[in-house]
Amino acid sequence: MMDNIEVLFDFGYIVASVLFIIGIKMLGRPERARRGNMVSALGMLIAVVTALFECCLSFSLVIAGMVVGACIGVIAARKVKMTSMPQMVAILNGFGGLASLLVGWENYHSIPESNLFISIAIFLAVLIGGVAFSGSVIAYGKLSGKLSGKPIFFYSQQIVNGTIIIAILLCGAIFAYNPAASFSYGVFIAIICLALILGVLGTIPIGGADMPVVIALLNSYSGLAASAAGFIILNNVLIVAGALVGASGLILTGIMCKAMNRSLTNVLFGGLQAAVSAAGAGQQVQGEPHPISPQDAYFMLEAARSVVFVPGYGMAVAQAQHGVRELGDILENNGAEVRYAIHPVAGRMPGHMNVLLAEANVLYEQLAEMDDVNPIMDTVDVCVVIGANDVVNPAAREIASSPIYGMPVINADRAKTVLVLKRSMATGFAGVDNPLFVKQNTRMLFGDAKASLQQLISEFKEV
Amino acid sequence: MSIGLLIFVFILAIFLGVELITKVPSQLHTPLMSGTNAISGITIVGALTAAGTGADTVASIVGTIALILATINVVGGYLVTNRMLAMFKRKDEERK
Repeated sequence: MMDNIEVLFDFGYIVASVLFIIGIKMLGRPERARRGNMVSALGMLIAVVTALFECCLSFSLVIAGMVVGACIGVIAARKVKMTSMPQMVAILNGFGGLASLLVGWENYHSIPESNLFISIAIFLAVLIGGVAFSGSVIAYGKLSGKLSGKPIFFYSQQIVNGTIIIAILLCGAIFAYNPAASFSYGVFIAIICLALILGVLGTIPIGGADMPVVIALLNSYSGLAASAAGFIILNNVLIVAGALVGASGLILTGIMCKAMNRSLTNVLFGGLQAAVSAAGAGQQVQGEPHPISPQDAYFMLEAARSVVFVPGYGMAVAQAQHGVRELGDILENNGAEVRYAIHPVAGRMPGHMNVLLAEANVLYEQLAEMDDVNPIMDTVDVCVVIGANDVVNPAAREIASSPIYGMPVINADRAKTVLVLKRSMATGFAGVDNPLFVKQNTRMLFGDAKASLQQLISEFKEV
Repeated sequence: MSIGLLIFVFILAIFLGVELITKVPSQLHTPLMSGTNAISGITIVGALTAAGTGADTVASIVGTIALILATINVVGGYLVTNRMLAMFKRKDEERK
């Protein structure tokens, strides 16, 4: 009889795993993504119900914990603004990592005398979960502006990090071989602390513009931590789901790195900083920007037959996505062909701009990827750059000494005219001068992006 | 369950994950990330056991905190992803 129930539990977890796989598969297809998310949520529900039947001696804490967690989750998900989505994803990710760490801790606390394999799994869950948690908290801080987005470096950083990693591995070895020894609880707590410190130190040298990579990577970590927790409690659904997330996070990390033409090591260890300071002395952009008044910008746009918008992080900061869509609609009614070109790393997380434009009701069909829009850029009358900088920097193509040389960019400068909405001539996050702003065919409309868009829209409405 | 079998499952799942994600249009990167992030909340299964079977008070507290965090991750993650995906509209769908 017991055996039959065991099989039933296993069956529940298998169904859950299959639903996760189908859900992820559907998430990759625009027309089925929403249902895919629901399929995966159904998988989670089945896994949780199965676990409820299997797990518990006392339900009071279980129910209390789930109610509290669900309330916080619902409120947070309802209240969060779309512009705050990167930090929301970061902090949720951190919670997942910390949960895996605590699962490892609870298991160790309850059953200290486990075999080598379980001990290693506990070590990994705590280590990866800890790094994912503290790293995500720092990422959250940087993304929400509570911490400076600037990369933070300190003397002999690599040596400190290396020492911590060695210390963690040593502690891990001691812990894994003698988990039940009296000193091992202390070693275990030391591992937790070191993992948390490592997550912080690993994330602070990474600048705001590299955040898409970091979020994707931390996402991968929290999946792997869940997998490690699965090895502790010998449960396949955790192993499968965690591995799926771990793999997908790594793939996304790779895509983001490729979009910046940088290696993962370069992003993680801040190679750009040295490059910028070296190039800063030699490379100066020659020429003067050509400012333009909203009235003249209006005449320019009014005459345009094809317009491409290139949004960047500045659009998110100014919350200008609704204004962008409104202007886009006006231009379309005016007979122009309107598209939105989105660079893979524009913004602060993968696909950030897509989410914001979707929030403003821009149709999916109008969103173009960089590789689709670059070949036709010559035929575009006006390319409107809104709060984007490095992702439209022609120096990436033209100036071999530039730190971002080789990074694929949207060739905004190839359009017949470029209209740049920008607050000032400040450099982007890479700290690199942008020759686009002083090109002959570029006009600068200085000011807050949202206000500038409103001026343009009212120019159109007055006619 | 043998350890070898668990590792076997893990390795296969990694390969499966790589195959599943490789061809995702960049428009969907954010929902994909927050959707998989919600899936990583599967650690809730471990947290349920941890909260429900704790050997002593410390274990129960640690387990319950784990459960709260995992539940936030799961519930928040799925709802936020759904909210984002609901905004993606196509031509054939009516604008609000």
